[in-house]
Amino acid sequence: MSNSDTAPEILRTVDGQPLKEALTRASRSARIRAFLLVLPLLVFVLLTFVVPIGQMLSRSVVDEKFSENMLQLGAWFAENDSLIPDEAAYAALVADLKVASAQRSAGNVGTRINYELPGTRSMFTSAARRADEMAPPFKEAMLAQDPKWARPDLWAAMRSASAAATLNFYQAALDRQIGADGTFEAAPENVQIYVKLFIRTFVLSVVITGLCLLLGFPIAHLLATLPLRYASLLMILVLLPFWTSLLVRTTSWMVLLQGQGVINDLLVWAGIVGDDGRLEMMYNQTGTIIAMTHILLPFMILPLYSVMKTIPPSYARAARSLGATSWTTFRRIYLPQTVSGIGAGGILCFILAVGYYITPALVGGADGTLISNQIAFHMQKSLNWSLAAALAAMLLASVLVLYWAYDRMVGIDNMKLG
Amino acid sequence: MVTQPQSDGFVVFDHVQKSYDGETLVVKDLNLSIGKGEFLTMLGPSGSGKTTCLMMLAGFETATHGDILLDGRPINTVPPHKRGIGMVFQNYALFPHMTVGENLAFPLEVRGMGKSERETKVKRALDMVKMYDFINRRPAQLSGGQQQRIALARALVFDPSLVLMDEPLGALDKQLREHMQFEIKHLHESLGITVVYVTHDQSEALTMSDRVAVFNDGRIQQLAPPNELYERPDNAFVAQFIGENNKLEGVIEEISGDKAKVRLATGELIAATPVNVTQKGEKTLVSIRPERIEFKPEMMPEGAYMIDAEVLEFIYMGDLFRTRLRVAGHDDFVIKSRNTQGQTMLRPGEKIKIGWAPADARALQP
Ligand SMILES: Nc1ncnc2c1ncn2[C@@H]1O[C@H](COP(=O)(O)OP(=O)(O)OP(=O)(O)O)[C@@H](O)[C@H]1O
Ligand SMILES: [Mg+2]
Repeated sequence: MSNSDTAPEILRTVDGQPLKEALTRASRSARIRAFLLVLPLLVFVLLTFVVPIGQMLSRSVVDEKFSENMLQLGAWFAENDSLIPDEAAYAALVADLKVASAQRSAGNVGTRINYELPGTRSMFTSAARRADEMAPPFKEAMLAQDPKWARPDLWAAMRSASAAATLNFYQAALDRQIGADGTFEAAPENVQIYVKLFIRTFVLSVVITGLCLLLGFPIAHLLATLPLRYASLLMILVLLPFWTSLLVRTTSWMVLLQGQGVINDLLVWAGIVGDDGRLEMMYNQTGTIIAMTHILLPFMILPLYSVMKTIPPSYARAARSLGATSWTTFRRIYLPQTVSGIGAGGILCFILAVGYYITPALVGGADGTLISNQIAFHMQKSLNWSLAAALAAMLLASVLVLYWAYDRMVGIDNMKLG
Repeated sequence: MVTQPQSDGFVVFDHVQKSYDGETLVVKDLNLSIGKGEFLTMLGPSGSGKTTCLMMLAGFETATHGDILLDGRPINTVPPHKRGIGMVFQNYALFPHMTVGENLAFPLEVRGMGKSERETKVKRALDMVKMYDFINRRPAQLSGGQQQRIALARALVFDPSLVLMDEPLGALDKQLREHMQFEIKHLHESLGITVVYVTHDQSEALTMSDRVAVFNDGRIQQLAPPNELYERPDNAFVAQFIGENNKLEGVIEEISGDKAKVRLATGELIAATPVNVTQKGEKTLVSIRPERIEFKPEMMPEGAYMIDAEVLEFIYMGDLFRTRLRVAGHDDFVIKSRNTQGQTMLRPGEKIKIGWAPADARALQP
């Protein structure tokens, strides 16, 4: 600009308004119209996505089942920080249990403590039933009812449950539990499951994504280079799984892969394996890997295809004419140009695999289930929604971290999804 | 017509045919011999098989029949990367994920050349096209003309003796085109390389080439130096395709050696030079260049037969005047006159007489 080194002058329109204001006014109505157009979507997303997920995730740090019913005991915990309960503490406990019994909430209270110390729920329900008959000294009365009431870890668990907000569920999701001294410690070896499951989920997801890439790359390349007639046929084959129910596809894998399934029968018939040496390809990790690779393959192929289609064949020709062998041409020229597709397909497959639920549940058996199956278990069976929410939040966080790392390394805007 | 291939040519197409679908021949019996250091242009309309010929030479398509020889050796079975032929593509085909320097180093790298040698060669090639300052840019950060130069430098950096260019200037504007034509020509002369150049722009072909091969319908219609091609076209297609051209249909009335008289359909008699017509009574198409036609009686060349014309339109084109006439029932007869001092400007409706030297009117087979 001609006056770049003099003080910047405010630009004005012909009739003297500052240019910025004029521009803002001119674009305001357009912006309002644009906002009104997206408003329904915004409301929909808010109502069906942000609110429920936020509500669910908040459960991972808040549980009021104990704190809202055991007010007097809560007050005692607030005043005393000793680990050893005195007579006053037992008095508060009995008073609270009386109320709980009247309000029929003793079960809830017990459930909350049961999360931390399995097998303690019945102590609360039966003590609540007797609470009305109890007379001081309450400590003896309670211990007579059940000597386990003196357990220090029980009192530590009640103390931590007396606050509605808690990180206990995250501790539990990391295989840690409340010890006798009230602090967290690693749970015994035989009940540690979540960390192992997280690791297995991520390892299997990497393996499945890798297999999808290996299988999907040549198919995507064929799709992008075949004459249109064959390419559309191939495309139908790639998309066909999308038009078939997930359950049907998974069940067909069961039919194919199980011990008495088609493939084993063929192998036995051909004499490759003996009748007693049938391969175990179902209800274990192999089953999960095979079925999930098949299900996620299109998610790898489509982004790859959309990237490959934009690479003109003249690059490969140029490289060849410059003296590169076909392998060098592939490695140095073609592959680097498909990176954005590999990244997009990889991240899509991986994120889907990490959260996959139905297929591992059906074909995974004992060692082929993933973390989502555990989340489902806590949602449906054990009804420990807070723990389910904590597990889900950790899964979400780790995926977000991965996404962030991908963005730093490759760049999200390089990602082509089609 | 088609020259027989000399076996001593640097590049030889020997009875080459090509079909993609097994039903139609895209290249029909191509015989062509290109000398070492020659600048040969393949010129022709779209779909005439120029790119196909180039691709066969580069090794990306196989000839259905016939041999292609490079420096005396048949190369039909040599894979593209072993042919050592430099190539410039129409869309440049610069690798988008590499910088300019990496693009140029690529052919040297795959030849296993050391780093320092690579650097000097890359620098030399970039200096040649005056683009050394851009060595660290990506192709996407260059303008079309700059990309074109890099593509040229990349095709030359590994010192190939043969360079193929497929419409390399197709995407550039007129001014840049003309400039790049000059630069390519200059590089060709200073490096002594053999260039096979494909274009469908006839002025480009005429200004740059030693010889031009005019393609149509899978055949070479004429292979000749530019001036010969323009002044002495072998057939109606070439006359039509190269430069502007007036044509008059008629019948040979008299023929003897290199002189002929042609009776036009409307009855006029004109003088012409027979090219590939031999018989009296044969139908012919007489082709005359617009700038070889005279309309001032005092300037009329010797031996000219004058015929009537009516001015339909006069167009001022700066250095030229272009006048459209009605001649022998044709409304599209054009003459061009240079805008010299005192040149006559014809007015529409004017009746004039035009004529030309018999040597400039070529009687061709229709
Ligand atoms: N890969 C292919 N498969 C089938 N037919 C092809 C193929 N490539 C070219 N053709 C056909 O061969 C003919 C010649 O094509 P070619 O590309 O050689 O023309 P060209 O002279 O280079 O034309 P242009 O000036 O438009 O580039 C065309 O009719 C084209 O349709
Ligand atoms: Mg072409």
